[in-house]
Amino acid sequence: MTDAGRTGPGGSDSEWDVIVIGGGPSGLSAATRLRALGVPRVAVLEREVEAGGVPRHCGHSPYGLREFGRLMGGRSYAACLVEAAQAAGAEVLTQHTVVSFGPGPDPVLIVTTPSGATLMTARRVVLATGIRETSRAARLLGGDRPLGVMSTGALQAVVYLQRMTPFRRPVVLGTELVSFSALLTCRHAGARPRAMIEPNDGLTARGPARLLPLALGIPLHLGTDIAAIHGATRVEGVTLRDRDGATRTLDCDGAVITGRFTPEAALARMAGWTVDPGTEGPRIDGFGRSLDHPAYFATGNLRRPVETAGWCWGEGQATAAAVAADLERGLPPPDDAVPLTVAGDPLRYVVPQAIHPTAETPDLMPEVAQLRLSRPARGTLIAEQDGRTLWSRRLDSRPERRITVPLRPMIEAVEPGGPMTFRLREAP
Amino acid sequence: MTSNGLYDVAVIGAGVVGCAMARRFTLDGARVLVLERAPDILDGASKGNSGILHTGFDAPPDTLEQACIAAGHQEYLKIRDRLGLPLRTTGAMVVAWTEAEAARLPALMEQAHRNGVTDVRPLDRAEILERAPHINPAFHGGFLVPRESVIDPWAAPTGYLLQAIANGAHVDRNAPVQGGAFDGETWRLDLPGRSVRTRSVINCAGLYGDHVDQLLLGAPGFEIRPRKGQFVVFDKAAARLLPTILLPVPSPTTKGVVVCPTAYGNILVGPTAEEQESRADASVDGATLAMLRETAARLVPALAGQPITATYAGIRPATEEKGYRITPYPDRRYISVGGIRSTGLTAALGIARHVAGLHRACGTDWAPLAAPGWPAAPRLSETDPRDWQDRDNGGIVCHCELVTRREIEAALGGPLPARSLGGLKRRTRATMGRCQGFYCSGALAEITAGHFAAPLADPAEDRHD
Ligand SMILES: Cc1cc2nc3c(=O)[nH]c(=O)nc-3n(C[C@H](O)[C@H](O)[C@H](O)COP(=O)(O)OP(=O)(O)OC[C@H]3O[C@@H](n4cnc5c(N)ncnc54)[C@H](O)[C@@H]3O)c2cc1C
Repeated sequence: MTDAGRTGPGGSDSEWDVIVIGGGPSGLSAATRLRALGVPRVAVLEREVEAGGVPRHCGHSPYGLREFGRLMGGRSYAACLVEAAQAAGAEVLTQHTVVSFGPGPDPVLIVTTPSGATLMTARRVVLATGIRETSRAARLLGGDRPLGVMSTGALQAVVYLQRMTPFRRPVVLGTELVSFSALLTCRHAGARPRAMIEPNDGLTARGPARLLPLALGIPLHLGTDIAAIHGATRVEGVTLRDRDGATRTLDCDGAVITGRFTPEAALARMAGWTVDPGTEGPRIDGFGRSLDHPAYFATGNLRRPVETAGWCWGEGQATAAAVAADLERGLPPPDDAVPLTVAGDPLRYVVPQAIHPTAETPDLMPEVAQLRLSRPARGTLIAEQDGRTLWSRRLDSRPERRITVPLRPMIEAVEPGGPMTFRLREAP
Repeated sequence: MTSNGLYDVAVIGAGVVGCAMARRFTLDGARVLVLERAPDILDGASKGNSGILHTGFDAPPDTLEQACIAAGHQEYLKIRDRLGLPLRTTGAMVVAWTEAEAARLPALMEQAHRNGVTDVRPLDRAEILERAPHINPAFHGGFLVPRESVIDPWAAPTGYLLQAIANGAHVDRNAPVQGGAFDGETWRLDLPGRSVRTRSVINCAGLYGDHVDQLLLGAPGFEIRPRKGQFVVFDKAAARLLPTILLPVPSPTTKGVVVCPTAYGNILVGPTAEEQESRADASVDGATLAMLRETAARLVPALAGQPITATYAGIRPATEEKGYRITPYPDRRYISVGGIRSTGLTAALGIARHVAGLHRACGTDWAPLAAPGWPAAPRLSETDPRDWQDRDNGGIVCHCELVTRREIEAALGGPLPARSLGGLKRRTRATMGRCQGFYCSGALAEITAGHFAAPLADPAEDRHD
């Protein structure tokens, strides 16, 4: 490993071997492992006052089993991740907001800090900016725009970080895991949700969380959507719409618009990269390397919505190994990659979006590719290239479930050439 | 104000028109009082518009509106540097999407010439594609209006009012005028629990202009017919898809839906034109928003996949007639400025000049300030330097819009402190970005605690479970 980063022109503090953008589980994991693999100068840029990412404001969920071998709350998990990165020798720089990428083959970041704007350079950049929930505006949800409409993330920041509460009797839209987390957050703040609202006919989340509304005595309205939010200054009520179009109003003083996570890919979009319409994240090869700029990598939830902290931590580890290898001996050229695609409905996306048909670096390739459905479906999932079937298996799944397929056999079977495409032959 | 508590001019309403009016009369030397019924300024029609500084090329020729647009545009260009106000001279293209529309282009260009906008010129296919590389190629021709521009719809009026304040004007918010009387020399205006005295009254009450006329004159000079306009805003990454304003060929009833850049670096599509009873209902509606998004994607197909940052609506103070309704009542030292529907952001400075002229008939016995102060307006445009680039900014609070702690603290203090989250948004853009408060709501609740009548959050009951 060379020491180029340390001895750049002037040896300035702003030159690094690797800059990780985002100090959540995946970013901190990547930084820690990069140091462990001997990469000298590693910085994590975190825009918040404190690193740790989303777990910082999740008071209750279980974390840490995979990484630290014990169950812990979000805050202490986040603190452990930060400590681990710092102990490994990574520099964790908080209140560092990356504004945009400079042009050219060598990464240059325009960064703002409390003392103004600055440029930072690195040999490689790892994007680990995570996800956020789809806002009320982006859902084109109608009505007034009063105080008291927020995402779970915003609610948790208000409740757990500021110890405040924005409302007493909100409705909660959505039944993803995070929606149940919103119920608990409300409860923690002394607010009592009026109702949980779900447009589909069943709950989205699996597992014991499903029983929460019952346990807490919160009415659950399935097959119902929020048509509009009302209120002059604060939320005063919502209009609910049933499947058959019938509407009724429900008094409440807030609305938590939960879930429908989307990658925080604004930097990639602003740089003019092509974002995968299925994942809404940057497109990457099997090493996690951007298909738009080979000096940038993407890891964690930025790749696709939404995985557990433990999964993201694992991705950070793998990405770090690939980046370290790239710095030391170079990865196979981006142009040798074979695109991975999905044939369309009901397959929404596949990640990664390309793989290298080579056995040279099998240890650096992900074990699995991830797919998602856009609707419940079953049949035979087939991977094919230039009309050849490389792999197939039966599938019976739903949009909210993670689908993984082993990449090893495909890396061995795929040949340089046309895209490898996943298709679902649906059972009648 | 004199020692006996008498103002020269009371401006009722702090929309863009009232703000420009307060500035004009203050610079002319009058002692000005601004009375605004809402907790903060710019809470009425001026809350949601397209942010376009029009040339008036399509205004009805030889009308007061057209004259005020031309004068307002010109004055904005003259003063904007000294007030630190932005200008993006993007130009506009009027594009025809059918043969029938194309046939109307020559008449529109002729109208532009009549309005003194003589730099309009037809564009050939290649030029249209060059100016908007991502436009749907199925157009049928168009022309260029080079000086149509994009400005900051909030910093501009805020800057006007800050200049008025810096030069002696007084602004009262939460101050609805509920009645009053003219005794032949001075006005008494009644506010909740108190009254104020002024020699002249300028009614700039926008959507409530007819109500204020009724209260003070006993009869309205016009009737407000509120007309809502909804908008969809695309994220900043979409900005590179459209560097210019795209205007449709106007129909006899509406200017139609515009797709254009904003001062903040987004792309906006809207407005609709929906007649409604309510003067306050600026609600949006899912189906209409979806229609706007599809319209944008039809005109600029690459916008189809772009994330949406925000949606909003504004209400135009339209009246039963088409034009501006500006009426002086010299014997009562009262001027009613009504019906400033859809061009007020551009025309406000021109309207203010026009009204100051009309006021001479009431007797103007003040003299222009010799050396007025020029305070700087908030700097929010993407095209200008921003606070995050400077030292000691306190760190970023709103990450999407790169709003610093120092900017937020400045907006909560100073001569015109924000009194609501809406007011803070309009002064800083906090929470207006793609995450709509996902990341910064917590920090904002903390920083703004104690500043707003309607706080973002209350201290939680301490519960641990
Ligand atoms: C959808 C839309 C798009 C537009 N696009 C553009 C554009 O691109 N370019 C452009 O130039 N113009 C545009 N406009 C027009 C522009 O926004 C309006 O012309 C302008 O805002 C009118 O301002 P105003 O000051 O007359 O009214 P308002 O902004 O309504 O101000 C009136 C004020 O008076 C206060 N008030 C009312 N009654 C009382 C009382 N009794 N006592 C005290 N205070 C009172 C109100 O609270 C309010 O603050 C657009 C308008 C809309 C709605």
